[in-house]
Amino acid sequence: MPALSFPAMRIPIERFTLPNGLAVALSVDHTAPIVAVNLWYNVGSANERPGRTGFAHLFEHMLFQGSEHVGANEHFELVQRAGGTLNGSTWVDRTNYFETVPSNHLATALWLEADRMGALLPAMTQQKLDTQRDVVKNERRWSIDNQPYGTWWEKLPELAFPPEHPFHHSLIGSMEDLSAASLQDISAFFATYYTPDNAVLSIAGDFDPADARTFVTEYFGPIVRGNGRPPLADMRVPERFGDWRRATVPDAVPLPRLFLALRSPVFGSDAYYPASVLGAVLGMGKGSRLQRNLVRGREIASEANGFTLDLAKGSDLLVADVTARPGVAAERLETETAIELDALRRDGVRADELDRALALIETAVVRSLQSAAERADKLSMFATYLGDPGLVNVQLDRYRAVTVDAVNAFAARALGEDNRLSLLYVPRDGAQAA
Amino acid sequence: MTAIGRPEPAPPRPYRFPRYERRVLGNGMRVLVAPMPALPIVTVTIAFDAGAMTEPSGQDGVASLTARALLEGTTRLGSTELSEHLERLGASVVTDADWDAGVVSVTMLRSRLEPALALLAEIVRTPAFPEGDVERLKIERLAEIMQARAEPRGLADDVFARATYAAGSRYARPHRGTATTVSALTRAELAAFHAARFRPGGATIILAGDVTAADAERLAASSFGDLAAGAPAPVPLDDGAARATRALHLAPRAEAPQSEIRVGHVGLPRAHPEYFSVLVMNAILGGLFSSRINLNLREKHAYTYFAFSGFDWRRGAGPFSAATAVQSDVTAPAAREILAEIDAMRATTPKADEVELATSYLAGVFPIKYETTDAVASALAAMAVYGLPEDYFDVYRDRVRGVTAEHVRAAAEKHLHPDALQLAVVGDAAAIRAPLEALAFGPLITYDRDGEPVASP
Repeated sequence: MPALSFPAMRIPIERFTLPNGLAVALSVDHTAPIVAVNLWYNVGSANERPGRTGFAHLFEHMLFQGSEHVGANEHFELVQRAGGTLNGSTWVDRTNYFETVPSNHLATALWLEADRMGALLPAMTQQKLDTQRDVVKNERRWSIDNQPYGTWWEKLPELAFPPEHPFHHSLIGSMEDLSAASLQDISAFFATYYTPDNAVLSIAGDFDPADARTFVTEYFGPIVRGNGRPPLADMRVPERFGDWRRATVPDAVPLPRLFLALRSPVFGSDAYYPASVLGAVLGMGKGSRLQRNLVRGREIASEANGFTLDLAKGSDLLVADVTARPGVAAERLETETAIELDALRRDGVRADELDRALALIETAVVRSLQSAAERADKLSMFATYLGDPGLVNVQLDRYRAVTVDAVNAFAARALGEDNRLSLLYVPRDGAQAA
Repeated sequence: MTAIGRPEPAPPRPYRFPRYERRVLGNGMRVLVAPMPALPIVTVTIAFDAGAMTEPSGQDGVASLTARALLEGTTRLGSTELSEHLERLGASVVTDADWDAGVVSVTMLRSRLEPALALLAEIVRTPAFPEGDVERLKIERLAEIMQARAEPRGLADDVFARATYAAGSRYARPHRGTATTVSALTRAELAAFHAARFRPGGATIILAGDVTAADAERLAASSFGDLAAGAPAPVPLDDGAARATRALHLAPRAEAPQSEIRVGHVGLPRAHPEYFSVLVMNAILGGLFSSRINLNLREKHAYTYFAFSGFDWRRGAGPFSAATAVQSDVTAPAAREILAEIDAMRATTPKADEVELATSYLAGVFPIKYETTDAVASALAAMAVYGLPEDYFDVYRDRVRGVTAEHVRAAAEKHLHPDALQLAVVGDAAAIRAPLEALAFGPLITYDRDGEPVASP
């Protein structure tokens, strides 16, 4: 049997930076003849100006509408014709674009990314913008407006971050702001944020690093560096909410659902790991506190999960997401979830609970390394957020170093009534079936 | 930026689906092992002949409830203890049933394979189905049914299935069961279903990952080799159509900002000899982003965020359908465009360029689909469940590339049936009913919010 490709579960990483500032991370693995290309731009909805909510995401759609040497919809077509998969996604503080292709098509994938980074604007037209604006409006209707509980990701940050904070406003945007977006906005956003010095390129899979360097240098090298970007507003917020804030949302839902959030340390910080483990103790798997006690034990919930959103700036949010069992009143969701938080804060976690959470996290981390696309995405993520793609290789160590004392210290600080946010969905006009 | 010519692809590098070995235990249980040593993890998947199609009459939902109830404790361990034992091994076990199989699957680090597999065997062989836990699971399932009803997309799927399949076909009803059938299920029925269907004769255990064939065989034999031989009874597959002609099915949802649209008819069974021609035909029609339906509805008309079509492959003839969600005011035009694309697929031979896009996409993404131990285990489970040939994964890419424009045209003519299409829509009836009726598609049948047909006046 061949040796493990990734001894000790560490992936090989080479890094270099082009003179124009583009940071590049390479990770070779010849298991299958496929290669993943992943580009993170350091821009997201947090960078939108007032009156242009949703613009970063609308802009992401426009990046699939062609560039100087690529026709409308040809980006998708060329990658699919090569036998590859592709997409893009927008988050509060980054936008990523990625494709996985048969390894002999690496040059095509890189050329496509370089053409739109270097020369997007010649392909932009009012008609394309109008079409994608309508597509995005339909995306909003589909994923948020016509979906039970679909507004939670808009309501939660609205409550968790103050109005002037860059994470406060809607990521997908309001219909009004989407309507207002213009070609001028496209030009300005592109010039400001879609520059090589504001991006990270990662390549993972079956390739020769020398070839990759040649392609990257040839295609991305001529792109000019940006002129700097405006600083983000101050992201810092107090460590705790300072109160227990509540909102109730009547919606077309059959069962009440509570999102109980608390502020927690930003992704990747030293304090993040105990918080992440606490999230798993609370709500990862059937043996977690919420599932053991609310779903199985007291039988008040039909589903319960706990997780961190993994925000990398300002403050992360640790969220408990609990759906009522039929017949259970909405108010009980909050009191029963609070009982669990109070108990964790008062009595702490047991060693065996920590072991259980760490074992599940360990499996999840190793599983994710199987996919070239995920390896490339993680390289880009750690490079963008923390300046070092190599941090992908110390995640397990950082989790394994978490102690019961560290988790309990975090629980004591963060789980109090002065750091809670309840977003409660209730069935509208008697729609609840008992 | 100076123009740089489009790169040419390098010569393709060879690919083979992971090698696997096959064994059969003395009691008839099949063992498939795919050594994939890139990372120290292993996926174990067991597929039993215990899908929804094998449910006793009147017990809709018993297959998936039984599969889920396996995790609620064994004759030795209560539900909480069992979860803790498993999760302390980093093993999150998934158990569920689809139409054709009851599946138990787990992934964990290689170092924990032996104890995890022992627990998996215990779950499968000696489930306790505790009364209280079964009753709780039923309530959880009823909550899921309520959620699915409240989701326009879930309701549209259910209405479409009911519109497409004959009342006697299991495919007409949700595989998870309905509120009525699930409420009536008993602990004894779950235990009886388990005893009848979770037999070694109908089962395949797959180990994919950092494990040798010898170790896998030894572990499978020690875990399951002493199970008493026997296979579940075969069951007939009823996949008959509800009607031979078109009808429009409308489930009102007041003030919905979008309409959920489903258009289709009874499709083909998974083991169909023209599978590859149909696969490529559908890829051109609506199987990928660059397909006709998506480019038309999304990129040309901006009616929707996405639109696609597909054959839902099952042992029996699962449905063919096109699906999308569009803003309410373009519901009828969007439906008309889908119908036109289905007609066009049959009327003309596709261009060589389109066929090439579809075949190179399907052949190219094949290795990308099978990077993980999970994906390989699932693929081998499907091979076993659908009785695919042993060399299926080795010939897949050649078979796809062998499909021609003429094959596609023939497949469209033979397997798309415009006269038998059912059009199901969930949306704001006040806004969409009149324009939909103006399509003169077929007689209108309306449904209530639970997806039940409303008697015609």
